Amino acid sequence: MTELLTVENLHVVFQTYAGTVYAVNGMTFDVQPGEIFGLVGESGCGKSVACLAILRILPGHGRITAGRILFDGRDLIQARESEMQAIRGRQIAMIFQDPSTSLNPVFTVGSQIKRIIRHHTRASRKVTEQRALELLEEVALPDPLRIMQAYPHELSGGMQQRVMIAMALASGARLLIADEPTTALDVTIQDQILELLVELRRHVGLSILLITHNLGVVAETCDRVGVAYAGQIVEIGPTSEVLRRMKHPYTQGLLAALPSAQQKGKDLLSISGNVPNGLSVIPGCPFHPRCPRVMEVCWQTPPRLAAANPGEMQHQVACHLYSPEVAQ
Amino acid sequence: MSDQILIETRRLSKYFHPRQGLFPSKRGAVRALEDVNLTIYRQETLGVVGESGCGKTTLGRVLLNLARPTSGQVIFEGQDLSALDHNALRRLRREMQIVFQNPYSSFDPRFSMFRSLAEPLLTHTDLRGEALEQRARELARQVGMPEDALSRYPHEFSGGQLQRMAIARALALNPKFIVLDEPTSALDVSVQAQILNLLRNLQRRFKLTYLFISHDLSVIQYISDRIAVMYLGKVVELITAPSLVEGQAQHPYTRALLSAIPEVHPEEKRERIAMPSKAPDAARPPSGCSFHPRCPFAMDICAQVEPPLEQISAGHWSACHLIHS
Ligand SMILES: Nc1ncnc2c1ncn2[C@@H]1O[C@H](COP(=O)(O)OP(=O)(O)OP(=O)(O)O)[C@@H](O)[C@H]1O
Ligand SMILES: Nc1ncnc2c1ncn2[C@@H]1O[C@H](COP(=O)(O)OP(=O)(O)OP(=O)(O)O)[C@@H](O)[C@H]1O
Ligand code: SF4
Ligand code: SF4
Ligand SMILES: [Mg+2]
Ligand SMILES: [Mg+2]
Repeated sequence: MTELLTVENLHVVFQTYAGTVYAVNGMTFDVQPGEIFGLVGESGCGKSVACLAILRILPGHGRITAGRILFDGRDLIQARESEMQAIRGRQIAMIFQDPSTSLNPVFTVGSQIKRIIRHHTRASRKVTEQRALELLEEVALPDPLRIMQAYPHELSGGMQQRVMIAMALASGARLLIADEPTTALDVTIQDQILELLVELRRHVGLSILLITHNLGVVAETCDRVGVAYAGQIVEIGPTSEVLRRMKHPYTQGLLAALPSAQQKGKDLLSISGNVPNGLSVIPGCPFHPRCPRVMEVCWQTPPRLAAANPGEMQHQVACHLYSPEVAQ
Repeated sequence: MSDQILIETRRLSKYFHPRQGLFPSKRGAVRALEDVNLTIYRQETLGVVGESGCGKTTLGRVLLNLARPTSGQVIFEGQDLSALDHNALRRLRREMQIVFQNPYSSFDPRFSMFRSLAEPLLTHTDLRGEALEQRARELARQVGMPEDALSRYPHEFSGGQLQRMAIARALALNPKFIVLDEPTSALDVSVQAQILNLLRNLQRRFKLTYLFISHDLSVIQYISDRIAVMYLGKVVELITAPSLVEGQAQHPYTRALLSAIPEVHPEEKRERIAMPSKAPDAARPPSGCSFHPRCPFAMDICAQVEPPLEQISAGHWSACHLIHS
């Protein structure tokens, strides 16, 4: 099978008053046709920025400094702006983490969703109206008629999130980038939305890049998962492998930090140290300042992604603990 | 947790009136809160869970007087908020803070983090100059952010980083009561663990009382002393965290929530309680028990008679006709 999306050694920086922010530092992953690929990782590790780079909608002070982004064989970094306009929304749809970036506060929900439908299908008024109502119903929104007439601020956080999902579905794209699409939803609705996404994958072969902090969501919906840290992928593989036989100390730390009722009254385990500020590139392994198993080699030599278990190429990890030379 | 009451609500309701174009519409009002009676004790964490759109954020906003109730009262330390004058309310504002669900919309994009943190301190305290800067640095440190974050602007942060700054700002005036509206849903689990530890630590140190809103039941079970489960503007179950953990939840909606928690190890999953998907509408709540169109245990009486919130055992209340059958 050939990949639908390949992100290869992607680097993105921002020029800010505080200095250069190294947001994405050599990220590599791919999404297969009809696959749900999960991307998890530390807050601020560059997941959202990588998505903006894929769609080439980085803000003005952001720049892709290296790497390739292949969509259906075409390098999006080299594509002209006019080509990108044809891809955005039609081929690749995105659900943003922050509803306010995609919902316009001065228009009603109905006019926004209908504009998208008309833009993509050129359907008649009546058909558009009907389709808009259907979509709002599909994402489990109550009383679509009221929602259509509402302005974004009149909806709860979770309702705004579902409106965005409906807008993304309106476009009929082949790849859906969903950045934290269900964080504001109660688990029963979250369940419905995830089921809807899985359905769409099954029926129309939609591919999904799903960014989430919820490892339970990953376990239940994603075929494969990539774990990012400081702008790089540190572990990647089939979901059950990565969540059950995780190798990277960061992934291990993440799983150990999950709260549970048994820990009530006790502090939760968390990874010590601070989230890197992005203002410099950490030499060696990016995790070394916080790693409980750090070795001398980790300070200088960046580990590469390599098979986590001998002979098994699907599950890969970037950590010196598993490189043959270091492990004697 | 103590047995002294910090906040009480009495038959608290909040309706929103939808428009039809420019005019108020004839369609029903959205009942975001309906007759809510809650007691929040000093130094406790009251967890709030419930369907998206059921009124959790509205509850938090009305408690803090950021929105006026349509009817009913909020009593904070024995004082009815609706009876207070402007100055008294301004003083009270120091005591009560909120951390919003969406960290992006809670900061002014034109202001540096320092300015955002300094603002409440300038309005409500005498801190100026170096002392002000020192306090801002201390606040950033308390939430695990580097000091140079203070010179940066909101759009330069990830969602999680921004949420830490929002918590720092809420702490600035040493409040007594903080509404935490999904404070960790934008965070990765390791940062979430740090923030939850931080919140517990701050609670002990500064004797804080929290209203903690979240969709994540494992977080709610971990952090809360008691849990209020809301459905369509009403509290349908009130239960202590230990009882919830022990599987004592009675209300079918609470049980459906528990069964839908996505598990990292799917084999640990509880048996799924299947529910029809149609979400309810706060503008036209169903008759009787508002959960009845989705309830797998609904009986004839459920569509006709609204079940009252009744005590089942010490600290455990539920609104469901099944209690009597
Ligand atoms: N517009 C911007 N200008 C400057 N820096 C930015 C900008 N957007 C993001 N950054 C920085 O880039 C880094 C990556 O941010 P990004 O939003 O991709 O994180 P993330 O992985 O999506 O985190 P989260 O899980 O918290 O959403 C962070 O250090 C952030 O501060
Ligand atoms: N300013 C407003 N104008 C009109 N309706 C509103 C307004 N704010 C909230 N509502 C309505 O009140 C109801 C409750 O909203 P609220 O934001 O309290 O829900 P919530 O429980 O916090 O949901 P979520 O989990 O999605 O954040 C919703 O039906 C919403 O549409
Ligand atoms: S390479 Fe070294 S520092 Fe990095 S995760 Fe592995 S052991 Fe830790
Ligand atoms: S009162 Fe009836 S419909 Fe409502 S939760 Fe109980 S059994 Fe279900
Ligand atoms: Mg993000
Ligand atoms: Mg809310």
